[in-house]
Formats: sequence, structure tokens, C-alpha cells
Amino acid sequence: MPEQTYLEAIRGGLHEEMSHDPSVYLFGEDVALGGPFGVTAGLAEAFGKNRVVNTPISEGTVMGLAIGAATAGLRPVVEIMFIDFITLAMDQLVNHAAKLHYMSGGQLKIPLTVRVQCGISGTMGAHHSQSLESWLAHVPGLKVVMASNPADAKGLLKAAIRDDNPVVFIEHRGLYWTRGQVPEGEYLVPIGKAVVAREGEDLTIVATAKMLAATLEAAEELSSNGISVEVIDPRTLSPLDVETIVSSVKKTSRLIIVHEAVEKDGIGAEIATQVQQEAFYYLDSPIARVAAPFAPVPASPALEKCFVPGKTEIIRAVRRALNR
Amino acid sequence: MTQSKKTGRKQQSPGSSALDRERLLRLYRQMLKIRLFEEQVNQLYLGAKMPGLAHLYIGQEAVAVGVCEALRRDDYITSTHRGHGHCLAKGASLDKMFAELLGKAPGYCRGKGGSMHIADQDTGNLGANAIVGGSAGIATGAAMSAKMRGSDQVAVCFFGEGALGQGLLYEEMNMASLWKLPVIYVCENNQYNEYTSYRETTAGEVAARAEAFGIHTETIDGQDVQLVHAKSLTLVERARRGKGPAFLHCNTYRFHGHHVGDVDRTYYRAKKEEEEWKSKRDPVKLFAEWLQKSEMADGKLLDQIENEIATRIKEAVNFALNAPYPELDEVGQDVYA
Repeated sequence: MPEQTYLEAIRGGLHEEMSHDPSVYLFGEDVALGGPFGVTAGLAEAFGKNRVVNTPISEGTVMGLAIGAATAGLRPVVEIMFIDFITLAMDQLVNHAAKLHYMSGGQLKIPLTVRVQCGISGTMGAHHSQSLESWLAHVPGLKVVMASNPADAKGLLKAAIRDDNPVVFIEHRGLYWTRGQVPEGEYLVPIGKAVVAREGEDLTIVATAKMLAATLEAAEELSSNGISVEVIDPRTLSPLDVETIVSSVKKTSRLIIVHEAVEKDGIGAEIATQVQQEAFYYLDSPIARVAAPFAPVPASPALEKCFVPGKTEIIRAVRRALNR
Repeated sequence: MTQSKKTGRKQQSPGSSALDRERLLRLYRQMLKIRLFEEQVNQLYLGAKMPGLAHLYIGQEAVAVGVCEALRRDDYITSTHRGHGHCLAKGASLDKMFAELLGKAPGYCRGKGGSMHIADQDTGNLGANAIVGGSAGIATGAAMSAKMRGSDQVAVCFFGEGALGQGLLYEEMNMASLWKLPVIYVCENNQYNEYTSYRETTAGEVAARAEAFGIHTETIDGQDVQLVHAKSLTLVERARRGKGPAFLHCNTYRFHGHHVGDVDRTYYRAKKEEEEWKSKRDPVKLFAEWLQKSEMADGKLLDQIENEIATRIKEAVNFALNAPYPELDEVGQDVYA
């Protein structure tokens, strides 16, 4: 199995799906030129600018265009350059993409993938660093996916493109140049399935996107102190695989949720509620969250560093939960 | 962007203003069907049998009919909150329309869409849409799909002049013009953004806005169904031949209020103005008079047409009133495909 970066895995997934299905088109700002991070580099050369379409800087409109194209026989992949800019497309995404299937009594299908990158990386400030996944997960009709490693990035993206629903595929910019083994060819990761990234006995941590790596580091360090942590990557936030999380908590009796989005009203709140509904009598300590403070992302490198949760905060939360 | 090879069906022959009698009578039937449908909707509302809101299309019938009669069944339309006329003009059936308005199971969207969200995939209706200007993207995207698939389908985006206040429309026109997409933006200027005269909200000339994008633009009398139809045939044909988008600005008038509950309107528009439009600019009356004057139909035939449509409407509304509501477990169905 070859090693690839997260970014190359996404590009590979796009390449394969465009080869596999002539109705797959890419739309976005600068996509024919590779985009700001080079994710789509080479695709216009391989498939033509007819299928890898550079658009004006009009996020809402490009989203609308893709929704219309999806209702009329294409399988578009839209790139929104930063998740901060998805706010400009929320009407189209929430009022149209998410609802058309339902409002039309099941007549219209919207096989649309929205690729968008999020997260804190490189002190880009409050308009280029947010994590807005819980906004999107709140909307019936949208599926929301977050990959934490190159293999999942490829497999989930291919599954998203083949899905007949609008799927928001959230990439973390801070993961683009991380490496991992990526299966070649037909490799699909089912949407709606979590994965146990590390097995353990004493406590369960659910961590998303870039927080998974920090959590695995924390788990490794804790294991040398005799604390065994089970780590779960939900991979899909909507629909959420509660079953995998609940069965882990029934084994460990403790749960911490780690995400980079601000803590208040984040996806952690939803996971905590669902777990306490299903496994309340198994819990030996309160469910805890490790997440960003309730503030916009600051630009100052010093402030940004303290804003993002990391290994230290995770270890502290684990010790508090176990009282050790 | 290059145009792919055309694989679609043969084009319709372009129409001329000298339409044959059958075609003229069809225009009349379609307009009258919408008029009587909407009058029935108003009656349902007044009789407290209609849930929610309805935005009546009465007064604007010549636009929907003139445009949709220039389209093929597989062409696309998107519509607005004032959308019953567009749906019917594109071929929707009366019984499923009434059923949808009443939230009943046999409605177009199994009752989940309601008055403002009727979609009908069989007739290329990608949905009425209650976000003002919200369907500009969908129509433009459908045109994009038609072009990329190499079909010769055309998309029509209906919107009111209120949508001229939405930025999305201009961004879509920019792309449609850049990529020569087969889409026709039909602006139905019924003079009022809800309750406010469009002159208070709209700077400059409407047509100039589309012209700024290099889009072929026409401003016409939207009460003259023959004129709307003739212009539409030209613009549709032009779009089919890959000549790009067009903007058809139709001056028209909403005879009723913004919605069925908007009954006392004197605080925002004069009764005299309404009366003048109703007596001198009623598209259905004007066309009926023309048909008689040019000996295409006599009063007897027009009465017969009206009776036929009235009977069909009565049957359809009874069907809908007697139809069941959806099963309650459908509330969570079709959230995902």
C-alpha cells in the first residue's frame, strides 16, 4: 500500500471518481489551477476545463448552480475554499440542497458533494480558521463527513461522490501534508460508520479530524502510565454512528469528546446527550468535552496556540475523569 | 468552455406570430385554467379549507402560458412562491395540484411541499421556491447540466421583480453569460415587492441590469399572451442553438393581494389603479376579445371552454378534499434519498 499525503489522497479520490463516472464535475474558485493548496492540481489537465470548472468568487451562486446541475443529471463536486466562506452559501445549502428531496416528496435527488476545508493552521485569523461542522450537522437532509487521515479521506470522498444526497466533506487544512497508507483503486469508506482507532479499557475518547492525532498521542503517553484509552473517530457526524460509541462506553464507563470547534453547542453536546440516553447507568464519571473556547479564532500565534486543544489538555481531562 | 456534441431530440420549428387556431385556443385554455384554478384556491381559503398561505397568480397568466407553451416537456422551469400558474402552464395536473395545496397524500410532493414548493419532475418543474430569487441557481445549474450533457434542453427561471434585490441573481447571470448557458430569466414585474412599489426599491432600469452582463434582454407587455409567446419562442430557440441566455422582462400586474389574506390593499395601492388594470389590462379578457374579433372563436365556444374547465376544476378540488392526509410516519421519510 503506497504512502500518500492527505491532500494527495483527496486528489486521488477525485481523479478516480472522475474517471469512473463522466457525470462527475468539479466547480470552484481556482480549481482548474489546483486551488490554493494544490488539491485539484492536474485534474483540469487530465479531464479538461469543461469538467474542472473555474468559477467566479460567488459561493452562494456556485452552490446554487451545482444544486441545479445535480437535480438535472450531473454529480457535481463543489469546492468552497474555506469553511468560513460557506456562510455565503448557507441559503442554497440549507434551504435548497438539504430540503429539495423532502419538499418534493422524494422526486428530486441532489447527488452533490461539497468539499470544504476547515480548521486552525498557520495563524490565518478568524475568517480562515473556523470549524462549523455542527451547524451543518444540525440540518436534516445534509450528510457531514470529516476525515482524520489520508485513507479515510480517499474512501469517504469516493463514497460521498457516489451518494445520492448532499454530502459536506470537511477537510482539515492542518492535515493536508500528513502522510499515511492509502489503499489503491476501489477503496470506499461507508458514510455513517465510526471506527475504533485505538482499543483501550479505562476511558473512551471520541475525537474528530485533526484532534484524532492529538488524542492518539495523549493515549500513547497515558499508556506508559498504566492508563488504557480507547479512541474512536466518528468519521461521519451526520448520520452519527452512536452505536459504536455507546458500545465502547459500556466497556470503559467514561467518555470524553474532543473537537477543535468551540465547545458550546458543538457536536460534543450531541454525542454526550445520545450516549447518556443509551448508557447512563454505565457511566462512572461525567461526560467531559475538550474543545476550543467560546471566541472567534485569534490571529496572534500566541493566542492561537492556547485556543487549540492539544495533548496536554486531553491528558488533563483524562486524569480528571479517572481521578488519577 | 466548449459545447459538447448535441445528442438531444430534434428542435421544434420556431413559431411565428401567426399561430394556427388550435394553438391560439390552447393558449386561451391554459390561461383560463390558471384563472379558474386560482379563483377556486381563493374560495378554499375563504371557506377555511386551505391550510397556510397562497399567493395567487391572477392577472399574470399570460406570462406563464406564453413562456411555457414555447417549451418542450423535457425543458426545465423553476418557479416562485407565486407558482401555481407556472406549474399548471408546464403541464401539472389539477387534481395533484389541489391535493398538494391541501397537504394531502396524493399531492405532487405527498403534501410535504405545499403551495410554495410544488415540484413535478415529469414536466421538468424543478420546484417552486419560497426564497425570493432562490431558484436562480437551480435553473442556471439545470441549464449547465443540459449543456454539459450535450442535450438541447432549455431552462426557464421565473421570478418576480422583488428578486432584483437579491445578489444571487446577478452572480448567476454573470456565469450564464460567460458560459453561454441555455437559460431564460423571466422577470415578472407585477409592480410590487410584496407591499412596496418596486419603484421605491429598484434603481435604474431593470433591463439595464441584465444588459450589463451582455445578456440579450427584452422588455414587453406581459398582458399580451401572443406577444409573450412569440418572444419566448424566439428566445427559447436562440438558447437551444447555443446562443446563450436571455432576460425577458414582462410588465404585468397582481390582481389580488400579496397573498390570499391581503384583502384591504388601499394602504399601499390605489383602488383606481387596480380597477384600471382589471378593466383594461386583464390578459384573459383581452385575449378572449381578440379571439372573437379575429373570428378564431365565438362567444359560444368560449363559454363551452369555460364550462369544460370549470367542471374539471370542480372534479379536481373534490378529489383533493376527499383525499387522505399522508400517514403520520411519513414525517421522517424522504429526508435522505
